[in-house]
Amino acid sequence: MGLGAISVRGATKIYNPDEAAIVALDGCSMEIGPGEFCVLVGPSGCGKTTLLNAIAGFHDLTGGTILLDGEELSSPGKPAKPGADRIVVFQNGALFPWMTILENVTFGPLAQGRLAPDQAKKEALDMLETMGLSGIASDYPGRVSSGMRRRAEIARAMMNRPKVLLLDEPFRAMDALTKTMAHQFLLEVYDRTKPTVFFITHDLDEAIFLASKVYVMTTRPAAIKKVLEVDLPRPRNYKLLASPQYQALRQECQEAVREEALKAFTAGEREM
Amino acid sequence: MIRLAINRQLKKIAKTVRSKTLRRGVISIAGFFIIWELCARFKVPVLGTVPSPTEVLRCLADQITEAYYWHSWGSSMVRILTGFAIAQLLGVPLGLLLGFSRKAREIIFPLIELMRPVPPLAWVPVSVIFWPSAEMSMIFVTFLGAFFTVVLNIVEGIAAIDERYLRAASSLGAGKSDIFWHVMLPASLPSVLVGMTVGMGITWCVVVAAEMIATNTGLGYLTWRGYVAGEFPMIVVGMLSIGLAGYLSSGLIRRIGLIFTPWLESR
Repeated sequence: MGLGAISVRGATKIYNPDEAAIVALDGCSMEIGPGEFCVLVGPSGCGKTTLLNAIAGFHDLTGGTILLDGEELSSPGKPAKPGADRIVVFQNGALFPWMTILENVTFGPLAQGRLAPDQAKKEALDMLETMGLSGIASDYPGRVSSGMRRRAEIARAMMNRPKVLLLDEPFRAMDALTKTMAHQFLLEVYDRTKPTVFFITHDLDEAIFLASKVYVMTTRPAAIKKVLEVDLPRPRNYKLLASPQYQALRQECQEAVREEALKAFTAGEREM
Repeated sequence: MIRLAINRQLKKIAKTVRSKTLRRGVISIAGFFIIWELCARFKVPVLGTVPSPTEVLRCLADQITEAYYWHSWGSSMVRILTGFAIAQLLGVPLGLLLGFSRKAREIIFPLIELMRPVPPLAWVPVSVIFWPSAEMSMIFVTFLGAFFTVVLNIVEGIAAIDERYLRAASSLGAGKSDIFWHVMLPASLPSVLVGMTVGMGITWCVVVAAEMIATNTGLGYLTWRGYVAGEFPMIVVGMLSIGLAGYLSSGLIRRIGLIFTPWLESR
């Protein structure tokens, strides 16, 4: 069994190939090592989510290919298929509102037929316990806080022991304090099992604090502009934010993103 | 603890009782009855022909001791429930089929769109001719009243399911049947229930009208008989009874719905 190395090779995605084509991805290539915490930053609408959806198997590529541990996930002519080895945590949260937190968390292993109901329940309760969510196991998602929901969603994803965890701006709508807690928690989960993480955000502090590598994307069509190695020690904690090393990375990242954001802005002006 | 909770409830009630909103509501309703009574007493033109609230109350008090009155309730209820139940039995599966299968939608939907604009009541003459008994024809129009509402609500409910849930489910490794039973069905359940509640309301409209035309039992007929016999208080008693019956049945549907959708209950 592989460890979750993702190779994106010349990935191209064109929406509406016939009419006014929108090129979302244009020959985007990246190699993500197994167990790497990879964070993508870039201007809004640059194609980050398109790339995530292609890795997740939600839509097909127009050109190029994506490999997971050497096996082709998606390429033109091969219809994309989602799989439990790559779990997505969505921007707006996608816990099923009609299931309790516990039922949500056991959904994956039961749907795959990987665990018997008793076993799934036991594992799920353990998982919720370690995430500090045992108190809400029998609540519906609508009745718990957004921070808890997001944690429960990550718990639901981790129950499948995915090789890859795909997160699309999962903490976007959170206030600063809740966000801090969510980071701490996500890193704990990551340090425990080291899945490959593919994380999209606009928040540069979040990006550097979490990542092993930050990938700065260009404006649409998206390609990788710059890769920053974040060799800050793990486990990470908030004292790092004050270190000169962090500040330097932050600066470098900021400049790269700013350049692209400006390009996107002037391009937008021209389109007007 | 319990005493505290009770105290809090009492305070809430006291606050409601003292609130301006409640006072205004009471004034409005009391005012309505007083004006009604006065109009009837002083034989105000047009309005004065309506029986006064006291007459209606007296008539109601008589009626609730009569077997015939309760028999009318029973007949209408049986028609409603039979028509409604058949509408659910056929409408829910059809709605689900149309919601999930594009092919089915393209074949069957035009037909539904053709039939739907015809109000259920316009079906009364045809169904009286078509069905062997008056009872069956009334159940049929009752059925029609609920059927289209239910089907359309399910189709809309399924179309409105958030893509995220479907993606999440397939990402978690769910197959087609898991997605159907554990995602699409529960996700569309709230709109199914809305369809049922609205359908129940329509059912009462339809059955009352049908009873006035096609039969000699039921609350609709009771009201109509009051008119024919010139017993005006009886008409109002019939109207009130129909209103109450409709209210009770919709409330029942909503209650049953809550059992099936516990996640919608507010905290």
